[in-house]
Amino acid sequence: MPTKAELAALMQLPDDRGHFGPYGGRFVSETLIGALQELESTYESLWRDPEFQAEFDKDLAHYVGRPSPLYHAERLSRENGGAQIYLKREDLNHTGAHKVNNTIGQALIAKKMGKPRVIAETGAGQHGVASATVAARLGLECVVYMGIEDVRRQALNVYRMKLLGATVVPVESGTRTLKDAMNEAMRDWVTNVDSTYYIIGTAAGPHPYPKLVRDFQSIIGREARQQSLDQIGRLPDALVACVGGGSNAIGLFHPFIEDADVRMYGVEAGGYGIETGQHAAPLSAGRPGVLHGNRTYLMEDDAGQILGTHSVSAGLDYPGVGPEHAWLKDAGRAEYVDATDEEALAAFRTLTKVEGIMPALESSHAVAYALKLARTMRKDQIIVVNLSGRGDKDIHTVASLDGIDV
Amino acid sequence: MSRIKDCFARLETAGRKALIPYVTAGDPSPAVTVPLLHAMVEAGADILELGVPFSDPMADGPVIQLACERALSHGTRLLDVLDMVAEFRTTDSQTPIVLMGYLNTVEVLGYANFAARAKAAGVDGILTVDLPPEESDEFVEVMRAAEIDVIYLLAPTTDESRIKSVCEKGSGYVYYVSLKGVTGSAALDVAAVEEKLKQVRRHTDMPLGVGFGIRDDASARAVSQVADGVIVGSVLVNRIAELVAQPEQIPAQVSRIIAGMRAAMDA
Ligand SMILES: Cc1ncc(COP(=O)(O)O)c(C=O)c1O
Repeated sequence: MPTKAELAALMQLPDDRGHFGPYGGRFVSETLIGALQELESTYESLWRDPEFQAEFDKDLAHYVGRPSPLYHAERLSRENGGAQIYLKREDLNHTGAHKVNNTIGQALIAKKMGKPRVIAETGAGQHGVASATVAARLGLECVVYMGIEDVRRQALNVYRMKLLGATVVPVESGTRTLKDAMNEAMRDWVTNVDSTYYIIGTAAGPHPYPKLVRDFQSIIGREARQQSLDQIGRLPDALVACVGGGSNAIGLFHPFIEDADVRMYGVEAGGYGIETGQHAAPLSAGRPGVLHGNRTYLMEDDAGQILGTHSVSAGLDYPGVGPEHAWLKDAGRAEYVDATDEEALAAFRTLTKVEGIMPALESSHAVAYALKLARTMRKDQIIVVNLSGRGDKDIHTVASLDGIDV
Repeated sequence: MSRIKDCFARLETAGRKALIPYVTAGDPSPAVTVPLLHAMVEAGADILELGVPFSDPMADGPVIQLACERALSHGTRLLDVLDMVAEFRTTDSQTPIVLMGYLNTVEVLGYANFAARAKAAGVDGILTVDLPPEESDEFVEVMRAAEIDVIYLLAPTTDESRIKSVCEKGSGYVYYVSLKGVTGSAALDVAAVEEKLKQVRRHTDMPLGVGFGIRDDASARAVSQVADGVIVGSVLVNRIAELVAQPEQIPAQVSRIIAGMRAAMDA
């Protein structure tokens, strides 16, 4: 564990060029620099503006439905054995996932910047839905880029976005998943930079995105920290969150960074198993490189080409990860582990049957690891799991694995 | 003197502008590239920009994305590209070659390792699209030590203070991106380009090349009247794409486009 002073320093990151240690930064073509500078200065002044904060808080309370509960999963904890498991219920947010915390914030920025059009990339479709939702509310044109593979896997969310008035553009290049959707959204942004705001859906990308997405998502950890104190009378022993690009995890982790006794576990998608190479676990099995505007851990071959990923959950199917996680790993503040497709699916079924809560397949990875971790801990210890989203969108996937066509 | 400096000096004496074609190395297959480079020089190219294929070419439009996919389907890696440069150099020791690509393929080799190998192969400059000056202190230092020019992009959106820092950090030439968009985008406003280049000239003596949106003899000629170099890519790569089934025709067909532009620029 880093020293107290080192933890305090971690809290101050990124530096003013967007660096988290050697990670992060702004690795984009010159054509995007101006837009990122404008976004950075707008964001910095808005984030310090009490009026903006009040507007954001009001939307979180009355539109998203915050605070989300911290729920003690007593039966699950009892049947599993070991530590008490608490679920931070981001699945109860409007639109069904944590993603909306961020899109509310970014759409407010877009509005302040006077941009009539927003674009987004999406994997599972949750960020796309959350973007289309806030765009509908603010009367903004919305275009969502989505890998054609994910369009197929997440048909329900595609239709939701269309109902909300968004245009969904299927992306056929590259591996046809989230990373390619992000490439395509960047290309749109470069081309339409005057009229368009790019709502990035995770705590990755060029500076200032990793910072601003983290700031908007940190409401999760601030609430969870206070709820732990109020409901349990102390802080939890461990936090567990799934990591795709890392936004729900950093949102939970960040307010706890200086609480040295609280351990943090980010759970990556182990796919068919790390040893098969068919996974989406750059922190567990990748190495540092540069992609999508930031330096971070990546899945790449030895020539620096980005590798295709595999996960049963579209939202974790990404070869990179937010730069702050890369640095929390190297600094020894957070640990990164994985759960396989199979483990996640088992956890999906367990939580559904035992607690009547159907988690998103992304969140199921966190649940799977938490169940394992809990069994190594005492009964009086506490784990807070970020239940980042609800599983309705995944019923098709699970049903088809069961051989059922719904 | 570096090959790039030398090239612009000769052109200036001759009263001509540089014609700078871009093709992706290994597109559509590795055997095509070196003969294609020689043919383009023959047809009037002054400097060659050789694209290093990357799996995620974020700043490129569909034409160059597909070129990268074709090249990667044969496994063309950065080290293979350096081998192509070395092969080209066995019979052409004069024409400058600039590699153009994304940082990650260089980063895995390590800057110093890359620089030494690139120099040995006969590379003259490098343009990494996703490495802006703010992030490139170490990169520039290593490339300078190996006498490889680091070429930067300037965009219509680049403000005065960044123009200054790009001009201080870069060497070889400046690559001005003529429009907001990715490679292969449409129309180009020559008057606006001319205006911006005047602003850039106040900060540097480096030659100014203009790329993006040059698609025919007329636009090549128009740009050559306001810039020192005309960079042309997607039109050539498009022709390559049309000839995937007849790769033996690629050098001649692409050269025909180059020759047309050369004639228009020199007229
Ligand atoms: C419910 C849910 N959880 C987690 C994720 C992964 O994203 P992140 O790592 O940014 O939280 C997604 C992404 O689509 C999601 O929909």
